Amino acid sequence: MLKDITLGQYFPGNTVAHKLDPRTKILLVLLYIVALFCAKGVVGYALMALCLAVCVRISKVGIKQLVRGLKPVLFIIIFTGLLNLFFVPGETYLFQWGFLRISEEGLRNAVFMVLRIMLLIMGTFLMTYTTSPISLTDGLERLLNGLKRFHVPVHELAMMMSIALRFIPTLIEETDKIMSAQKARGADFESGNIIQKAKALIPILVPLFISAFRRADELATAMECRCYHGGEGRTKLHVLKYERRDDIALTIGGLVLAAVLVLRRFGI
Amino acid sequence: MEPILQIKNLTHTYGVGTPFQRSAVEDMSFDVYEGEFLGIIGHTGSGKSTLIQHLNGLLKPTSGQVLLGGKDIWAEPKKIRDVRFRVGLVFQYPEYQLFEETVYKDIAFGPTNQGKTGDELDSCVREAARLVGIRDDQLEKSPFELSGGQKRRVALAGVLAMQPEVLVLDEPTAGLDPAGRENLMANIRDFHRNRHTTVILVSHSMDEIAQNVDRILVLKSAHVLMSGTPAEVFARADELLTAGLDVPQVTRIAMALKARGVDIDPAVYTVEALEKQLLALRKGGAVC
Repeated sequence: MLKDITLGQYFPGNTVAHKLDPRTKILLVLLYIVALFCAKGVVGYALMALCLAVCVRISKVGIKQLVRGLKPVLFIIIFTGLLNLFFVPGETYLFQWGFLRISEEGLRNAVFMVLRIMLLIMGTFLMTYTTSPISLTDGLERLLNGLKRFHVPVHELAMMMSIALRFIPTLIEETDKIMSAQKARGADFESGNIIQKAKALIPILVPLFISAFRRADELATAMECRCYHGGEGRTKLHVLKYERRDDIALTIGGLVLAAVLVLRRFGI
Repeated sequence: MEPILQIKNLTHTYGVGTPFQRSAVEDMSFDVYEGEFLGIIGHTGSGKSTLIQHLNGLLKPTSGQVLLGGKDIWAEPKKIRDVRFRVGLVFQYPEYQLFEETVYKDIAFGPTNQGKTGDELDSCVREAARLVGIRDDQLEKSPFELSGGQKRRVALAGVLAMQPEVLVLDEPTAGLDPAGRENLMANIRDFHRNRHTTVILVSHSMDEIAQNVDRILVLKSAHVLMSGTPAEVFARADELLTAGLDVPQVTRIAMALKARGVDIDPAVYTVEALEKQLLALRKGGAVC
């Protein structure tokens, strides 16, 4: 049951979307988010949706997988939609029933807001679907490299992130095992009130924490044995290199943002 | 003898409907008799771990049945906890599941879940501790202060304290030193002998199985390859070896002797039996 949880779901592939430099992809997503928040009218949103559709097409990620990513935030989407729908004041009301009333502006806002959240999530998911977690942290590290001048421990942060990502599946498996073992001793995680349920977690959490500390200790020793001493002077196995396709992708991204800003000027 | 556990056409498939679909247990059928010491042996990936998690209802069969005392354990899914008390399962490396402040409290976790209190609980805990050789003064210690071997004993006691009718052990001696192994196995043998509890021992050490069990079940790629007494199983040593499984060291020596022309029955699996055969040979005047 716990094994069904997937985090940073990466679908390996060999498309241009997969091959782009992770830095390019992070920047593109940032551009995409900025553009999404600048879009104002129907044409702007249509352009953003079109961009996403083209990227999805290129990446060959199934639309099903992408939509599945929306599931955990479905509640937020519906909630935002309803709030906007009913509580945005306006001049002309389309519908009125008691204190519930829908204004033209409210309807407009609700539709755009829901669209915006959906496009935002699908866009960022597309990045994690086409980029392995390791290259994502690699890209992030390189992007933030400039902050080193301000004594931000960029390398250490990136290393922590890679280690965390690496150990998520391991810890999930471990939790599964511990849960089975405690169930074998008659532990009951399902019934009882909230306090009893919280108490029932102790037999899982204590061994899990102990094992996480043990693993951390072992990993630290293993890293030291191989002379790890932080990021200084450390070279990379896979050196990130911008290629022609990255230049093209970034140019297109910039053009789209510019187009959205122009459209905003005209209010469409 | 009456079968206490009956496994009927048990199949368990992981990831149904995905590209990763794989059967870990396929159409397995066998009986476990009351009071016997059964050994289950097989390679990693032969389905051992999946199989034993069906015996106490931690996993639900994809198809097939597990009968405990003649009753399907999934007949009343709400009462599956009772099955877990009757079939005690000790996982691999059970010492990683200790969580309480004291050894006593940790051993008491299972029986408390059974609803035992007061003197009954106390006697269960103390008896289980005694069975695995935990001293009284160790009961008030934190389990995390103990050595690896002692932690393993505490974890074992935690299951014994539930006084199960069937005890299932998954590689109980993995990672222990030879003395620790022998000690732990002696505890388990004593428990089996004194309580007449049915014990199922899962292992991939042929020697451990050969020295302890009454009957062996050999698994290979999700199926039962053979079953029988140690003598019957090791008489088919060639088949075991072709299946990529080991035979006990003693059997290997006997087989090697036989190959060199010594007139010996290669189906021996204990040092004593081999010794007897060799001595008989010498008396007969043969040259080894």
